[in-house]
Formats: sequence, structure tokens, C-alpha cells
Amino acid sequence: MVLELQNITMQFGGVVAIDNLSFGVEAGQIYGLIGPNGAGKTTLFNIVTGNYIQTKGKVKFNHEELSGLKPNMIVQRGIARTFQNIRLFKSMSVLDNVLIGFHNQANYTYFESILRLPRYFLYEKKLKNDAMEILERFGIAKYANTNASSLSYGNQRKVEIARALATNPKLLLLDEPAAGMNPNETEDLSQIIKNIKDEYGLTILLIEHDMKFVNNMCDKVLVLDYGEEIFEGKPSEAIVDEKVVAAYLGDFKHA
Amino acid sequence: MKAIKLSFLAVAIVFVWFAQNHFDPYAVSILNNIAIFAILALSYNLINGVAGQFSLEPNGFVAIGAYVTALFLIPAETKLDMFALEDPTPFVLAMHTSFLPALIMSGVVASVLAFILSIPVFRVRGDYLAIVTLGFGFIIRIFAMNQPTMTNGALGLNDIPDNANLYWTGFTMIVTFVIMLNIIYSKYGRAMKAVRDDEDAATAMGINTFWIKTYAFMTSAFFEGVGGGLMASLLTTIAPDQFTFLLTFQLLIIIVLGGLGSMSGTILGAILVMGGTEWLRFLDQNMDIFGYNTGAHPGLRMVVFSILLVILMLFARRGLFGNKELTDIFRRNK
Amino acid sequence: MLKVKNLEVYYGVIAAVRGIDFEVKEGEIISLIGANGAGKTSTLGALLNSIKRKGEIVFGGYDTKNHKTHTLVQKGLALVPEGRRVFINLSVEENLRMGAFNNDENYEHLKDEMYKLFPRIEEKKAQMAGTLSGGEQQMLAIARALMSEPKLLMLDEPSLGLAPKIVGEVFETITRLRDEGITILLVEQNAYAALNISDRAYVLENGQIAMSGDAKELIGDDTIRQKYLGG
Repeated sequence: MVLELQNITMQFGGVVAIDNLSFGVEAGQIYGLIGPNGAGKTTLFNIVTGNYIQTKGKVKFNHEELSGLKPNMIVQRGIARTFQNIRLFKSMSVLDNVLIGFHNQANYTYFESILRLPRYFLYEKKLKNDAMEILERFGIAKYANTNASSLSYGNQRKVEIARALATNPKLLLLDEPAAGMNPNETEDLSQIIKNIKDEYGLTILLIEHDMKFVNNMCDKVLVLDYGEEIFEGKPSEAIVDEKVVAAYLGDFKHA
Repeated sequence: MKAIKLSFLAVAIVFVWFAQNHFDPYAVSILNNIAIFAILALSYNLINGVAGQFSLEPNGFVAIGAYVTALFLIPAETKLDMFALEDPTPFVLAMHTSFLPALIMSGVVASVLAFILSIPVFRVRGDYLAIVTLGFGFIIRIFAMNQPTMTNGALGLNDIPDNANLYWTGFTMIVTFVIMLNIIYSKYGRAMKAVRDDEDAATAMGINTFWIKTYAFMTSAFFEGVGGGLMASLLTTIAPDQFTFLLTFQLLIIIVLGGLGSMSGTILGAILVMGGTEWLRFLDQNMDIFGYNTGAHPGLRMVVFSILLVILMLFARRGLFGNKELTDIFRRNK
Repeated sequence: MLKVKNLEVYYGVIAAVRGIDFEVKEGEIISLIGANGAGKTSTLGALLNSIKRKGEIVFGGYDTKNHKTHTLVQKGLALVPEGRRVFINLSVEENLRMGAFNNDENYEHLKDEMYKLFPRIEEKKAQMAGTLSGGEQQMLAIARALMSEPKLLMLDEPSLGLAPKIVGEVFETITRLRDEGITILLVEQNAYAALNISDRAYVLENGQIAMSGDAKELIGDDTIRQKYLGG
């Protein structure tokens, strides 16, 4: 198990957002988290990344307990994330956005940067190359010096994932990566996610409403409703499960 | 690119040398003023513009810098003569160094205080920094007023050796400018901008945002302290009333006009604001307009200056340089 | 009801919409579909005069050229913006009140109508809108827009980030609103769902209309299937 959640309970005031939930993600898996809006999926992400501290329970990453670690420490342990509503550094170029992901790999001190000592040049050069390589992999290298906020929505999503990859993660959390994309763009994105997963040896945990995307990507899904598990298993089984249909999918075949 | 940067630097250095040796004293004093305010505004822009932490601290750190340098420069006998209210403490009496170490001490003391302020302020999110630093400015002034054994109280300090000249102020400005750019174009500067744009996302990149904000704040404080020291030696006399919130406000005008986050813009802002108010001085005096004597209107220049500022800001909403540097503009035209 | 001729929208030198013509007739559901960056949201902004535009827009017989956004809302245009944008620090009821800003005399009556239409938000009428789930926020955003009693309701990506079941509910609601006499202009990424409930549709590509026609026919069209419905 790369990621293991044991008996997680999360309360906000008196409201129970997640109720005694346990599950595990194995190395190399693409694991989907689905369920109605407000079921606690993003809350779960925030617990794993350390942005929220769970009321009860344990989160283990590679058998090490994460509880109590600050979000930036958890990133350094190898968990990176993207946000539901793309959150790029808007005033900065695409290249700089990715370079920020490399922050902790740039091994020079504040004084070395002020005095422009050799290590500054060494790492800046190396990381710029690495960043360009990632951008090329996503097919957006030509936008390296463009302001991130002027990119199209689909490309902004790519920058966000590229930026997360730059932190050198082992586990990648994607919050609705296909939201706001049309089927073609979604198809393009799934291909990229599959490619980087293999190339970087990643494990992926994702939240998504696009069931076609989930079905096509995920090895396993967990369906949440009101903070409780109502199904865990293969996506193809989830879409015919009675409880899942009633709580989440509905009878409508729109999506 | 490198050639352009180096030639800029060379021109600036030659200009400082030329002005000190060939300009008349009035012009030199204006240039001194511009240089000091540029140093202060450059450092202020790092915390406010680059790291995006709205802060109102400069007057406090400038005051500290000014007092530390003054006390290090004034010889012991002069101190004994000058401290009219109460005798100086033995420690204050013993403080004595040459100019450069005094300036550095000014920066270090300001920077240490900035660190102490950082601990409570940056641990929590929100705009506490503005309130805390505003209060800090008041506290420093009240401290200066009420500690006659260290600061000579409201009388202030006089006869500060006038070591500063355009070499000191000009070169310090150039050094500050280069250091600020070196920070901005490093991982630390990028992280500061990231914190400004979206602190949660910056954390999600593994950045310890507390330290990034603290680095920015301490660096700002250091150069504000140094700038204060230069100011003390240039004016040769300081008193608590010089370091009111108005000083911070003037710096705020400079960085907003030049562009929040732009160091090149800050230099231009300092030249326009400090040079502009000086250049408009004729408005305060008697003027003959087509034979009609207007009489003297003290304060008229500030009215005109404010209107000009408003017009400038209407045309360049994000400041003259936005958040770009001069070098970025060259890069784009390449 | 709405006639658009040669509409152009520029951001600086970049053209987002390059001369499009379209028409919405009373009682229709019209969809604008297309990829991200095709100019859909810009078109809606232009219809409300909230961004600069060129070209002719006639709404209910009036040229809207010299109207401000808020007067257009008074004349019967309403927008449910992308990402819902409810006032998160106001209660559900206060959000509705804001929707009836220019329509105070009918507030009480309309509020009851909305609660009938969306029973789920009545249960939470005293809660801050920010605490609602995504689906409930979408319902609230629609209800808020309806409080101005619009003749033409424009919805920008109402399915964004919603669970499939809720998407179904939202689209059912839209059909019901049309049946009650409100004309609908729908912008959607989820082309299949949009075409399914629409009478006619326009396909935007790079700020131009690439195709238009009867929605049922467009669903069957091969290029549309390939480009927007995922094969």
C-alpha cells in the first residue's frame, strides 16, 4: 500500500463530513474517488495533503504516518496535488510556474542567490532544463514564456499537472482533472495522465464526475455518499451497482 | 543580455562619480534624497510588491537604522555634551565604530526585529502584518521619545558625523537594486511571487511559506535600516518626529507609481516623486503670469503634484512598470 | 426574441469572437457548444454588455448597444454564470433577495415559487450559500437569476463539476423552465446533454460559427460526434 487511510473521521463543528472511512491505494494504481457533490471527496484530499487535520484516524504514506506534518512537508515526502478550480500562479510565466514545483530541488541558499555563487547557476540551469523537459512532455513547451493566465483552460490544466510533477511526487492527487473539458480534450488528457504515470512510476488518486473518464482510467473506485463508503471496486461494477445509481448516477444518461 | 545589464551598471556608476564631483551642492542633495528613498522603496517593494504582504513598516525600521548608525558614529564626548535630559547609558556611550560597520549594524538590528515580528504575524494567515507593522512604527517612535538615556528623547541626536555623500548613497542604491533583482530571479524570489499569487498553491508546491515571507520581511528591514543609517549621516540630525507614518506613505506612493513588484519601476518612481516635488517648488513661490502676480501659495506644488500622480495612475493602473523589470522589456523585444 | 449580427469581441489584439450571427426565438432552448476558448463565455458577456463588443444585438426589439448591464437585466436578460458565483457569505434567502434587486414588489411571491421549484434549497434557506453542495449552489444560482423574472435565461456551463445525477436534475429543470415560457440560451461543454434538450444549436470554433442547425440532427452528425461527443 502506497497510501493507507485508517478509520478517518472528519467533523466541522457538529457536521460529520467523513465518517470512519478506511481504504488503501496500491502502488501503480489509478484510484478514483467519486460521489455526489458534498460527499467529502475534496475534504479527503485536504486531509491527505495536510491542509485539514482529521478528527480521528490515521493517514499512512509508504507506511509512515503523515498526521501532524505540515502541508509543505507532505509534499516533500512525495505527495503532490492539483486543485478543483485550477490555481496557477497567475502573474508568472508557464516556465516559472513549473520552476516553483522544483523549489525544494534547487539546492542553494538565500545568500548564494544574493551573491550569485556558482551553485545558483548550476541548479538554475539544470532545473530550467528539467522544467522544459516536462513542458515538452505535455506539449506546451512553446508557451514556456507566456503568462500562465493567458493560456486556454485545457492548457492551464496541463500546466497545473506539470507543476505538480515537478515536485517529484510518488503519489499524485488530481481533483476533477477533466472538469470543463469536452470529450476530445478529456481524451487527450487521459492519454497524458497514463503516459506520465508509467514514465514517472506514479500512483494516482483522482476525483472525477465524468464517468466515461473514470471508467476508462481507474483500476478501482471508491464511491462516497455523505462521508460514508457505499461502494469499492471496479468502475465497471460501480456503474451498475444499485446504491451507486441511486445516490450518484441517477437514471439520467446525460453524462 | 549580460552586456546590456553590465552597461547599465557602468553608466550608473559613472553617473554617481560624475555627479559627486561636478554637480552643484543643491543638485547633489536632491540626488542624495532620491538615492535614499530609492533604497527604502526598493526594500519596501520586496515585502509589499514581490511577496504581496501588505505591510506598513518602513518608518519603524528606518528610525531604528538612523538611531543605531547615529549612536555608533557620534563620539563619546559629544554624546555626553548632547544628552541634556539624562546621561547616556554606559553601553550607548561605548558604541563607536566607523561608518560601514555602523550601517551594517543598523541593518542587522532592523532585520532581527523583523524576525521577531515575523514569528507571530506569519504563523497565521490574513492581513495582520499591516496592523502589527503600523503599531510597530508607533511603538518605535514612542520608545525614541521616552528613552532619554538611549535616544536623548524628543530632542533627538545632533552633530552626527556627515560621512554620507553621493558615493555612499548612490552605490548603496545600486547594490540594493542588484541584490533585489538577484533575489527576484532566484528560487526565493519565485517563491515570494508564488506566495503573493496563491499561498495555498505555493504550499502545495512544498514551499514553506512562513520562511519565504520571513526572508522577504527580514531583507526589507535590513535595507530599510541601512537606508535609515545613511539618512542620519546625511542629515546630521535626527529626531523621533521625522519617522512618522508619512514616511511610509511616501514610500508607498513611490512603489505603487513605479509598479508593485518592479524594482526598475521603483527607481523611476523614486526619481519622479522625489525629483518631481523638488522640481515643482517654483509653484509655491511668487509667480508672474503675463504681468499678474499670483502671490505665494505654499503647498500649491503638493496639490499639483497629487493631480499629476492621479493622472499618471489613470494611464498606468498597475504602475509605470507593472510587475516587469527593465530587463524583461528588453527580453520581450528580442 | 434575440438577434445577433456580426458580433465581435476583442481582448486587446486577440479576437475571442470573430463576427458571429445567431438568433434565439421565443420559447426555444438554444445551445452554444464548442471547445474551451472557442468564445462561448465571451459571447454571453457581450450579450450582457459586460465586455466590450462590436456588432448588432437586438433583444426584444431593442438595440442593446447603449444599455448598461443592469438595465439589460431589468429588460429581461439574466445570466447564471460559470462556476455558479453565488454570494457565499449571504444566506440562501439573501441570495434570492439580491436576485430580486430590481423586482422587490414580486419578491415574496417569486421566492415561494423558487422554493416550490427547488425544494432542496428551501430546507437550507437560512444557511450561508457557501456551505451548500455544488448541486445546491447551482440550483440557487438558477433561482437567483429567475428572481428578476427574465424573458431570456442564459446559463454558462451549468453542469460543471456536478455529479451525473445532479447534472440530470439541472437539465430537467431547464426543460421545465422552457415549458413554463422562459427562453433559454445554454452554453455547455457537455455537448451531448445540451443537444439532447435543445431545439437548435450553434457550434463555435475559434470564435466563429462552424455549424448550426436542429439539435437532434447535430447529435447525429459525424463531425460533431467525433469532435464534441467523443466518438
